[in-house]
Amino acid sequence: MTTLTGTGKLVRLILRRDRLLMPLWILFVGLLPISYASSIADLFPTAAARQQYADVSMNNAGFVALYGRLFGSNLGELVTWRAGFLPVIIGLISLLTVIRHTRVEEETGRRELIGATVVGRHAGLAAALTATFGANLVLAALLALSMASQHLPATGSIAFGVEIAAAGWIFATVGGVAAQLTDSAGGARGIAISVLGAAYLLRVVGDLSGEGGGALSWLSWLSWLSPIGWVQRIRPFGDERWWILAPAAGLTAALATAAVALSARRDVGAGLLPPRLGPATAAPSLRTPLALAWRLHRGLLAGWTAGFAVLGVVLGGVAESVGDLLRDNQSLQDVFARIGGSAGVIDAYLAAVMGILGLIAAAYGIQAALRLRSEETSQRAEPVLATAVGRLRWASSHLIFSALGPALALATAGLIAGLTHGLNTGNVGRELPRVLAGAMVQLPAVWVLAAIAVALFGLAPRLAPASWGALAGCLLFGLVGATLQLSQWLLDISPFTHIPKAPGAAVSATPLVWLVAVVVVLAAAGLIGLRRRDIPLT
Amino acid sequence: MTEAIRTDALVKTFGHTRALDGLDLTVRTGEVHGFLGPNGAGKTTTIRILLGLVRADAGTATLLGGDPWRDATVLHRRLAYVPGDVTLWPNLSGGEVIDLLGRLRGGLNEQRRADLLDRFDLDPRKKGRAYSKGNRQKVALVAALASDVELLILDEPTSGLDPLMEQVFREVIREERRRDGRTVLLSSHILAEVEALCDRVTIIREGRTVETGTLGELRHLTRTSIQAELAGPPAGLAALAALPGVHGLDVQDSRVRFDIDAGALDAALRHLTAVGVRSLVSQPPTLEELFLRHYDSTRAAGGRHAEVPR
Repeated sequence: MTTLTGTGKLVRLILRRDRLLMPLWILFVGLLPISYASSIADLFPTAAARQQYADVSMNNAGFVALYGRLFGSNLGELVTWRAGFLPVIIGLISLLTVIRHTRVEEETGRRELIGATVVGRHAGLAAALTATFGANLVLAALLALSMASQHLPATGSIAFGVEIAAAGWIFATVGGVAAQLTDSAGGARGIAISVLGAAYLLRVVGDLSGEGGGALSWLSWLSWLSPIGWVQRIRPFGDERWWILAPAAGLTAALATAAVALSARRDVGAGLLPPRLGPATAAPSLRTPLALAWRLHRGLLAGWTAGFAVLGVVLGGVAESVGDLLRDNQSLQDVFARIGGSAGVIDAYLAAVMGILGLIAAAYGIQAALRLRSEETSQRAEPVLATAVGRLRWASSHLIFSALGPALALATAGLIAGLTHGLNTGNVGRELPRVLAGAMVQLPAVWVLAAIAVALFGLAPRLAPASWGALAGCLLFGLVGATLQLSQWLLDISPFTHIPKAPGAAVSATPLVWLVAVVVVLAAAGLIGLRRRDIPLT
Repeated sequence: MTEAIRTDALVKTFGHTRALDGLDLTVRTGEVHGFLGPNGAGKTTTIRILLGLVRADAGTATLLGGDPWRDATVLHRRLAYVPGDVTLWPNLSGGEVIDLLGRLRGGLNEQRRADLLDRFDLDPRKKGRAYSKGNRQKVALVAALASDVELLILDEPTSGLDPLMEQVFREVIREERRRDGRTVLLSSHILAEVEALCDRVTIIREGRTVETGTLGELRHLTRTSIQAELAGPPAGLAALAALPGVHGLDVQDSRVRFDIDAGALDAALRHLTAVGVRSLVSQPPTLEELFLRHYDSTRAAGGRHAEVPR
């Protein structure tokens, strides 16, 4: 028996387990560039319009940070640039997939079940990498077809597919190495995502220094330290530099070898880094349900707040340039006016962006509220409720985070977006409060979504995940409702329809008060249901 | 004598399943009460009703003199609970969970906590995700046993413990029994454990109480097993077979085996002595046999060959 015996069977097991997830992300990411290509072709129909768009974009720090450097102005290059965040997303998906099929399997003990059968010691790792590599190849082919379907040159289309897949391959092996280091999947994810984040940051710093030829342009080599920077320099639809695939393939091979070598040096279930021990006794403050909830929610809170801070920088940073872009482009103005109001180009953009932030924050609100349900189904609620803690006290300890967590995230994004936009326009005093208000005004709608989750949790706990469906509905109505000419009463179902489009439009209190009233009714219904029902109800 | 727990005719249905079907349970203050039943008999449902987590459809339940549903939080200060399947928060250490649960209950005895950690050989610094099943169980046990409460409700507390730790558990419960006024409700599958620890036992099946009493009382209600070697040919034993209360008579040469109801023992022995007895073994039923008689009627009728699978 060699160390790879059984790899094929394990690959099939992975494909069987991911038979929904994998096709879903491949299709979604694979078809996404079609929408980029068609919308860019629509909005900038002439070469001159594209050149102007490229000139603005090339010199905007926010865009360069988010997407990378723009190397030319033909349609293919614009689409590739617009898809500049895809390598990060595919890197993330790839490393998560590998960890999911290696370290998670070990942590849950399923690896042992399989390890006791006729399976070589490296088969698990090899299967996870093979499946992820294969998925990325399929994705590359689909991306190339998508681009070609938009009448873009075949060579560039293939180069574009390969660019994204190369990022996937490299970060799949990063996940493979990280999975060997710690004994917890959470720790492995943390390490691998940190590496991805560092690669992204290096790319951002390098590209920003290179842009515009300023005093720091000598730092642009930093982009060459980042695998994300490499793959973007393949330059599809420009002068395709195929040789960059050589270092990418080399790094992939080196990391895969390292992962195998590391896995040979450790026991099943153990990591190379020793597990960290916790305190032997609890801190004096850990004595209330709220203190417990803080321990369970603080990671989530920090993650969402940090994410919103980054969104604030990017969205606030590009506001001024978006204004430049929109002023000469009627069709783009219409798009923003539809979702952001018609009070002026930049305000319309900001209001539209705040509405999107509101929807994202609602996802956090729902996630935090559903923590109650996962505590219940995992039977961690039972020991707490068997102490002198009442049901309402237990529930409210979690719901505080569902209500105030999104508030903190939105405030952070609003403050930072307002600050960056204010610094760009030279008028912080005017922009900061306006943008912050635009963010905070989303809260009642965010709370409605969280309250739907609470109501379902209390009254029909098995249906609690349906609250994600409610969010999807709001997303649909908000983004395509007006385009599809849905009738107003249908749009009115979404709480976000009733949020004033600030900054720009006047903020009137009436709809906000109504939404808060809805929140109170839904949450009260959920809590009353919780007091009456059996726990756990699985 | 006061009662720590009393339920009368508890009924609970989940959809079409009748989990409890008129369950009676009485636990006296200060006793260790064994709560026996096969999987799905309704033990955990009963315990959840007693904890006020689940509401009974019919019947009454009284716990420490209060209504377990209405007075839940007040009553919970006076009891500690160990669930059958312990899951811990992955990012909290065992020591943190012990302290947190103790404090939420209203306090915990520091010295006893240290003593129990030592005896159960548990490292409190590990994170919840790093514990094995047995060690998770120990965390919950230490958290419950270190609390100064009147009532301990333990739902299959030793599942996952190794034999050494099970021994420690038995010692600790015996000490609990010596402390005045502490009541223990111990649901278990391990009959030897119940036999070793419990003053009284309740056996349930399909949501109904089938036996309750001290082990002595239960034994009295059931059959004793007799093996005898007779002096002469067992020709006259036809009459023995006809005797009411004799079950599973098995005659091979001069050897005789049968089970006998407690009331018929005297008459049966007279039949044997009439032939002449060389040796006689009389075995009172073990708890395992009591248990089996209620769950596996066909095998119980066959006599005492049954081995209880652990």
